[in-house]
Amino acid sequence: MRYAETGYNLEVDLTRGTVKRVQSDPRLTELHLGGQGTAAKILWERVPPETDPLTPENFLIFSAGLLHGTPVPGANRTSVSTFSPLTNLYVNSLMGGWFGPELKHAGYDKIVIGGESPGLVYLYIHNDKVEIRDASHLAGKGCQETATLLREELKDPRIQVAAIGLAGENRVFQATIEHANSSASRHGVGAVMGAKRLKAIAVRGTKDLNIASPAKLWELCRNKYQEIHDNKNCGDPMAHDHNESFHVDNFAWGNARTRRKGYWSKEREERWVAQWKEVRTRDSGCYNCPKDCHYTISYPGRHPYFLKCFNKLTYCMAAFEEIDFNYDILGLTSAYGLDGFSTPQVLAFAVELYEAGILTDKELPDFPADGAGRFFYLLEKVVRREGIGDVLANGVSRAAAEIGNGAEAFDHNTTKKVEQVPLKLGVINYPFFLMYCTGEKMNITQIEGSFPQAPIADREKRQKFVESWNAAPERFKKWFLEWEPKEHMPIEAAVNVCDWNESMHYVDDAIGTCAWLSSFRGQFGGSPPYHLFNLPEIISLATGMELDSDRLMEISRRNRQLVRALNIRRGLRRAEEKPPEDHWKIRDHEMEQKHLDAYYEFKGWTRDGIPTKETLDGLGLGYVSDDFVNRGILPDCDSVPVRKAGESR
Amino acid sequence: MEVVAVSNQLKKRTVKEIRVNLDKCIGCRACEVACSGFHAKPKYSSINPERSRVRVVMDLLSDVYVPIRAGDYTQAECSGRNTYTINGKEYTQCSFCSVSCPARDLFREPDSGLPLKCDMCEDDPTLAEPMCVQVCRCGALTYASWEEDVAEESVRRGEMEIGLECLVTRFGKDKVADAFDQLMGEKR
Repeated sequence: MRYAETGYNLEVDLTRGTVKRVQSDPRLTELHLGGQGTAAKILWERVPPETDPLTPENFLIFSAGLLHGTPVPGANRTSVSTFSPLTNLYVNSLMGGWFGPELKHAGYDKIVIGGESPGLVYLYIHNDKVEIRDASHLAGKGCQETATLLREELKDPRIQVAAIGLAGENRVFQATIEHANSSASRHGVGAVMGAKRLKAIAVRGTKDLNIASPAKLWELCRNKYQEIHDNKNCGDPMAHDHNESFHVDNFAWGNARTRRKGYWSKEREERWVAQWKEVRTRDSGCYNCPKDCHYTISYPGRHPYFLKCFNKLTYCMAAFEEIDFNYDILGLTSAYGLDGFSTPQVLAFAVELYEAGILTDKELPDFPADGAGRFFYLLEKVVRREGIGDVLANGVSRAAAEIGNGAEAFDHNTTKKVEQVPLKLGVINYPFFLMYCTGEKMNITQIEGSFPQAPIADREKRQKFVESWNAAPERFKKWFLEWEPKEHMPIEAAVNVCDWNESMHYVDDAIGTCAWLSSFRGQFGGSPPYHLFNLPEIISLATGMELDSDRLMEISRRNRQLVRALNIRRGLRRAEEKPPEDHWKIRDHEMEQKHLDAYYEFKGWTRDGIPTKETLDGLGLGYVSDDFVNRGILPDCDSVPVRKAGESR
Repeated sequence: MEVVAVSNQLKKRTVKEIRVNLDKCIGCRACEVACSGFHAKPKYSSINPERSRVRVVMDLLSDVYVPIRAGDYTQAECSGRNTYTINGKEYTQCSFCSVSCPARDLFREPDSGLPLKCDMCEDDPTLAEPMCVQVCRCGALTYASWEEDVAEESVRRGEMEIGLECLVTRFGKDKVADAFDQLMGEKR
């Protein structure tokens, strides 16, 4: 009997138009848990490294987390794993809502999609009934409208839909996959879906799921609802906080360059709150979670949409506009299916190029004079890949290279071709340096999270923080206690902090729990509802697996190394591992490289960032090291000695 | 409903009520999770919202979030097809209806198709509050109970009686009797 998981994947070949229900190997659950862990394994096996992400040979995998469909509150984040057209590397983008649990109840842990359909189609899953259906009537429809139309067409209001909009259909690299109140937004996963000519997935499930120790698990979960509800340090505080000073005064405006200190004022806050009251209709949550991190916006003339997180500010800050503009344009971008982080930066980049005379009236005829007008103008070009929009739709980094003529200098806020959070800071912070350089997710908010970003100046408060810090292994408490303002932690601490931060994300992404309840929120208050020390019991009760913190970390490491291997096989090396050019003003090249050396060594990677044979074999990834040796990525052990992981140089 | 006999011939009954505040519902469906777990046999062995006796009827973008509890079973659809506008939001008559009815597939066991009905989580020992209320931390569902005088004692029907009656209504007396005889024959 399989517990917590269904034990079946749905295999869809869009070229042939076939669907298959395939039993998965239970040993893979022991090794990788589920979610992106097992998705990475499938991508390793099936997608050769030279595959162009937008061709039929790429696979697009929707994974429910291992704990979806169990009573564990907040287990609802669905992984979308594939290779990104933006980075040409692996991407795992997540969305909350209700999709993953519904998929589990339909009887599947994953939907593995390959091939490319000759015409626009959607996938309809209702338990054992799975059909690839014509979607030509949905072409060009907005994401939210598509969901509504499918529910009407299929006559079931409880169908969960994940859909792309015009941006995905046109393979825009900022294209998202939208689902209810959430979206998988990173690195153009929507473009991959569009390239497969898959407009939407509609899923409905009514089956049971087995749980290994149901009564014990329920007893534990039952108390979690209140705990999560009352815990002010988890969930999304931005959903309820109207003091935006932290973001508008400290984050950069425009194309991530301009700080506007003192922008925030009491008068502005009152005006923004009044506006919010006008357009916001309701706070809402995700499946089986008592937090209300999303809210609906009804802006006059726009289709209603959900607003979440930093999306509230990204467009208005990039366009130097007021909040009203943000609510307005989100109505369009939500329907088109566009990422709220990268799209505003792409548009602001184009505006800067125009102001610098690199883009002219030739590329941008009748270009409006105001920020809002320019953004609406550019948006339509990008989403249709029309004229210069076709270039911009490839992201800032690729567009800069393509436009040339000095445009490269305006590409100053990307890492591995990914637009980064618009932050410009003073002195380098080494844990963050490492996270920017090496994080396989390439978005800092999805790498950081367990260890506080800055020290606490007051020693008493620091002591108090550490005393109630149940989520942290002992060594981190020591480092945090010794961390004084304006000082750097020891290299060893920086390395461990980077590793722990991302490890927790790898746990979340395998079991499907929300980062707002765990991996992202430990840094604030140190009391996330889920952490390294209580998750093993929860996973054990759900799955029947024997698990403790060490074993959970080992699985997290295995998944992490496998994801690294996917990217190494596609050519990622040390040369690309650097933060955005001017992210920090005060840098120290030598110390940075020392940190990077130490981190690679800690991870068991070569000086070039490649996992060594010992590292891979030690985690049961011998098939990866064999492949590396065959391809000449790693030297053949019999002939050349390699430095062992942890051995000093 | 529970009937409690008290002294000097007066009969009291405890009325249990779950109050619903539509404005507080966040659509998390924890109520469905908890209900289905509580009523699974053995308890909590399965979490399946489809078996829940409370369902949240949602239309996210129209801002409609209505938790409804399963009431009685009916064979026939009603003639009601009214639409109500409350505070600018549109609800159909079905939005608030608790009946397990052929017009929709709410409140039916997904395997057998038999109707489901909320029993206020009656259990031994009695729960302080029904399970759906316990997990609804946003305050959309709250519990209240009070005592009322009753004219005469009504007989409480067990799950078996209710189930049998459903079978009889659905398949007819003869078929159920045949099936029963056959079952007994096999057992002997």
